[in-house]
Amino acid sequence: MFQNEMKLEFPSKSQNEAFARVVVAAFASQLDPTIEELSDVKTAVSEAVTNAIIHGYENTQGTVVLKCKIDGRKLTVEVIDYGKGIEDVELARQPLYTSRPELERSGMGFTVMETFMDSLEVESEPGKGTRVIMTKEFKQL
Amino acid sequence: MVFIEYIYCKFLFGGIWMQLFFDRKDDVLLIKLMGELDHHSAEEVRIKIDNKIDETGLNKIIFDFSGVNFMDSSGIGVIIGRYKKVKEFNGKVAIINLKPHIKKIFELGGLFKIIKEYDNLQKALLEF
Repeated sequence: MFQNEMKLEFPSKSQNEAFARVVVAAFASQLDPTIEELSDVKTAVSEAVTNAIIHGYENTQGTVVLKCKIDGRKLTVEVIDYGKGIEDVELARQPLYTSRPELERSGMGFTVMETFMDSLEVESEPGKGTRVIMTKEFKQL
Repeated sequence: MVFIEYIYCKFLFGGIWMQLFFDRKDDVLLIKLMGELDHHSAEEVRIKIDNKIDETGLNKIIFDFSGVNFMDSSGIGVIIGRYKKVKEFNGKVAIINLKPHIKKIFELGGLFKIIKEYDNLQKALLEF
């Protein structure tokens, strides 16, 4: 079975949201994905990294870790921050829930990740940080 | 695929995320977006559009999404925010030229309950 992995660290600057999703798309391109599959992954990564920046670090400086793994035709993406953490993960995952309504955010981040990927796991500890693990199985060629 | 992404990277990291083009058709403000709508570009987009709404006093907006090749949930906030702004003055918002992938995000965000989508500008101007 084909396997590959990569790890990337970058500061929590909003410019890196685009950087992160393009990097994951380039990494996933070795699976010959369809345009639709690639768009799904890019959108989910963008949501996870944006959450790390605006909620995890609340726009202060921190490090975001991005890990990707390929096992056969399955892609696993992990987005890790060492920021504030989430008090109630179940609540945060509810559609339309936002902890910062003043920011004109839609509260749809986790819903988008869930919809566009096959699985989503959120591990978080207040004061320690958050780890988002998403997987997607790419169609057979 | 990789080559296309490379050119796209260069374009992206040249610092251009989103360009806005404003036009006026009678009492409608036409806003054409070109680029990527994410959390990074959202703030600037929001300010530029709000300034244009204030400057022209128009309360009917058509967003042309033909040039938007990426949008995440940050875009939902931007569109709902502008909708709320013109709604205060009995205004309305329409969207044209949505790409299938971006349409999926609009559907998830429930945007079609408040905003009408048209196939093209002619139809939008006629029925809007």
